[in-house]
Amino acid sequence: MAGTWGRFNIVALILGFAFLYLPIILLVIYSFNESRLVTVWAGFSTRWYVSLFSNRGLMDAAWVTARVAFISATVATVLGTMAAVALTRYTRFRGRLLFSGMVFAPLVMPEVITGLSLLLLFVAIGFERGFMTVTLAHITFSMCFVAVVVQSRLLSFDRSLEEAAMDLGATPVKAFFQVTLPVIFPAVISGWMLAFTLSLDDLVIASFTSGPGATTLPMRIYSQVRLGVTPEINAISTILVGIVTIGVIVASLVNKRRRVRQWRDEQTAAQI
Amino acid sequence: MESLGSTRRSFAPWLDPNAEPYIRFENVTKSFGDFAAVDDLSLTIYEREFFALLGASGCGKTTLLRMLAGFEKPTSGRILLDGQDLLGVPAYRRPVNMMFQSYALFPHMTVEANIAFGLKQDRMPKAEIADRVAQMLKLVRLEQFAKRKPHQLSGGQRQRVALARSLAKRPKVLLLDEPLGALDKKLREATQFELMDLQQELGLTFVVVTHDQEEAMTMADRIAIMDRGKVMQVATPAQIYEAPASRFVADFVGAINMFEGEVLEAAAGRARIRDRSGVEFSLDNGGDASAGTTAWLAVRPEKVQVTRERPDGAVNAMEGEVWDIAYLGDMTVYNIRLNDGRLVKASVLNSLRRIEDALTWHDRAWISFAPDAGIVLIR
Repeated sequence: MAGTWGRFNIVALILGFAFLYLPIILLVIYSFNESRLVTVWAGFSTRWYVSLFSNRGLMDAAWVTARVAFISATVATVLGTMAAVALTRYTRFRGRLLFSGMVFAPLVMPEVITGLSLLLLFVAIGFERGFMTVTLAHITFSMCFVAVVVQSRLLSFDRSLEEAAMDLGATPVKAFFQVTLPVIFPAVISGWMLAFTLSLDDLVIASFTSGPGATTLPMRIYSQVRLGVTPEINAISTILVGIVTIGVIVASLVNKRRRVRQWRDEQTAAQI
Repeated sequence: MESLGSTRRSFAPWLDPNAEPYIRFENVTKSFGDFAAVDDLSLTIYEREFFALLGASGCGKTTLLRMLAGFEKPTSGRILLDGQDLLGVPAYRRPVNMMFQSYALFPHMTVEANIAFGLKQDRMPKAEIADRVAQMLKLVRLEQFAKRKPHQLSGGQRQRVALARSLAKRPKVLLLDEPLGALDKKLREATQFELMDLQQELGLTFVVVTHDQEEAMTMADRIAIMDRGKVMQVATPAQIYEAPASRFVADFVGAINMFEGEVLEAAAGRARIRDRSGVEFSLDNGGDASAGTTAWLAVRPEKVQVTRERPDGAVNAMEGEVWDIAYLGDMTVYNIRLNDGRLVKASVLNSLRRIEDALTWHDRAWISFAPDAGIVLIR
């Protein structure tokens, strides 16, 4: 192995992975620290996980985040999918360039600006800040990510499938729900997961648009860290890392299994 | 099979002046920007006809089919089906069904569900749907594959599912876009005959788009040759081959030798033409040639004889050298190079197993053809 890989490559690999994962590994290790001091190791313990679940502030924040992420991801997926369909189907409507520009602008817009402008809007129309406003803000900025994911799937979608459905008597709406949507559904789910993750870890926009009683988990963690990092923060961060890791692994396993099965089916079909 | 063949031969509603066409394209134009994909085209198709639209890619044949299916709107002109103007009738309400080139099978549905899709749209009772699906599966011999998904089928099976799905609603007209394009040669030939039998059995009108002339010749009652959005000729396969209306059609279908020349004499259907190299030809089928104009003499390779000596009494003969020989088993194709450098193609049926005294490269040879073997084209 060493002969073909070369010493330089191995060193580069180790350094690269260390750069990426050392901070996370440290965080995970110290979440099991007995000591109250974050940087001093005093033996293995799970006490911070226990105390985490009795910390009302953090638990409430986690619940708020989960609800915001679920609702905003769902609404953003519906809107983003609709935008993607409009952009791929109707290639020649007036103002298409403007429309696509406006859909995708939030991708490159600094979050601070998005957050600030939303804040100004909510203040101007006298919308009381809280759960609703954070959710709306998250829908706004995650919708374009969904649109990008779904649009790239739709570009490779064989339109004759939809035409075949209409040819067989389905109205355009029925054709979309019975044929197009089921076929592009994996992309829609990916879009939803992306929107969910984006909402889960957003701090900047939430800070601008949230109000009392709707503190999200990232906001809570950030404000606690300013008073000093506690091992509880390490514990909840480890849980988050765990959830995301499991999610990624499950998604890729499911994907791989489906691909293998499809490949095998095609091989047997070719032999018949 | 024999009875089907004989009804087929006597089927010719286009010759009957009282027959009412089933599908009518009236001055149909379809433009995409500045480009006219279909250009002021008129065409009639009769009930129970197997009609082929033949042309190179980009000639507008698929656009024409898509307008009939309702996926494209004509820029101008009318399309009538059984007397009804189709303008404003959306695709999902037209009594025509289409088999797509890519088959367009719904990948998330089983074979059964694919075939049942159109019936469900019509809210047909469940029991009736099941009956019809079973009947369709039997028709295309896929009974044991009902529960499979499209990706679990071979190319030929997918093609048959697509066919079953498009026939399930018993459409008045079936449109087929390059139906055999994705199949290998052997399967394609077998499927051609299956399609023809099916069309006869169900008494449907088939409109098929193809770029494969052999396919069109085999299957169709009539063929429309298309080029750049226009119909060049509509006729039976034999007429297209033996009496092409123009040089384009003659050249497009099969191989042909063409001699440009001046018409010396044209009377009572006969014509005499002097070729560029000074050789004179006499033809029984003068077409519309008139004396003093330029015309083209066209003769198919299989109607050209190749001999070592000038045949006695040959009216149309030229001398040359054997330039190329392609031995195909059942026949041999010779390319004879005339004295002025032009190549003439002649295909000779190998009806005897004679090998000695066969013509070989660089032999001197004569080509000749009978007065009724060629035709005169003025366009």
